Amino acid sequence: MKNKTPSLRSSLGRVRGLGSAKGGTEHWWLQRLTALALIPLTLYVLNGFFTYVVFGNYSGAVYWLHSPFSATAVILLLAVGFHHAASGVQVVIEDYVHCECAKLFGVITVKFLATAFAVLGILATLKILFGA
Amino acid sequence: MSANSAPKTARPLSPHLQVYKPQITSAMSIFHRITGIALACGLPVFVAWLIFVAAGPKFYPIFTNPFNTVVGQILLFGWTFAFFYHFCCGIRHLLWDAGYGLSIKAVYTSGYLTIGLAVVGTASVWIKVYGLIP
Repeated sequence: MKNKTPSLRSSLGRVRGLGSAKGGTEHWWLQRLTALALIPLTLYVLNGFFTYVVFGNYSGAVYWLHSPFSATAVILLLAVGFHHAASGVQVVIEDYVHCECAKLFGVITVKFLATAFAVLGILATLKILFGA
Repeated sequence: MSANSAPKTARPLSPHLQVYKPQITSAMSIFHRITGIALACGLPVFVAWLIFVAAGPKFYPIFTNPFNTVVGQILLFGWTFAFFYHFCCGIRHLLWDAGYGLSIKAVYTSGYLTIGLAVVGTASVWIKVYGLIP
């Protein structure tokens, strides 16, 4: 093995941005942390949904979302849920899409859409809470 | 020598998915992903529901009516099962991450338990919805 040009760059500098030298740990950890938060959040929201919305129809839905507790749970569910969903779909895209361009486009689209939908849902919840 | 000029020898490939005997472990793993994607598609629908509640009682039926059809009910049923499956399987994954239940026997036990709880959860919700048990 012959060295062509001796480099002044450190080993760390050369691997930054490549392979495992990215933010993998943070992604992995946030996926678990959001999963943990979603356990009580989904159960609470699903229970309220089936208690007030399915049987109470429109007035039941408004009654349920007028409570600051349900509104808080729904807003947290949207924020945490869309983060969890986007990072999950990101992993699926990264696993199955091998064209770098399509992969990047897919991941960015998912992240943008998830953020937009989360904001939309949170604002709708606030509108109902403050009297729709 | 750079990585690009590595000799291209015909190395044996790892066995492909098609030649694998279907196992509960691999089937449940891929189903965790499928249900996750289904739930990710369900979240914007939940947001749409919130928007229609905020829009008022005049517009609310525009959203709810399609879900009172057979196709709508099947969709809701599917999302309920996807939720309970992903919920139980997710807890299973969190326990694995914490280092519990990693033996082959435990993996199979928790696998069957996950499927069972997902079926029971979905059934109990829909029995309640249709008022089959007062």
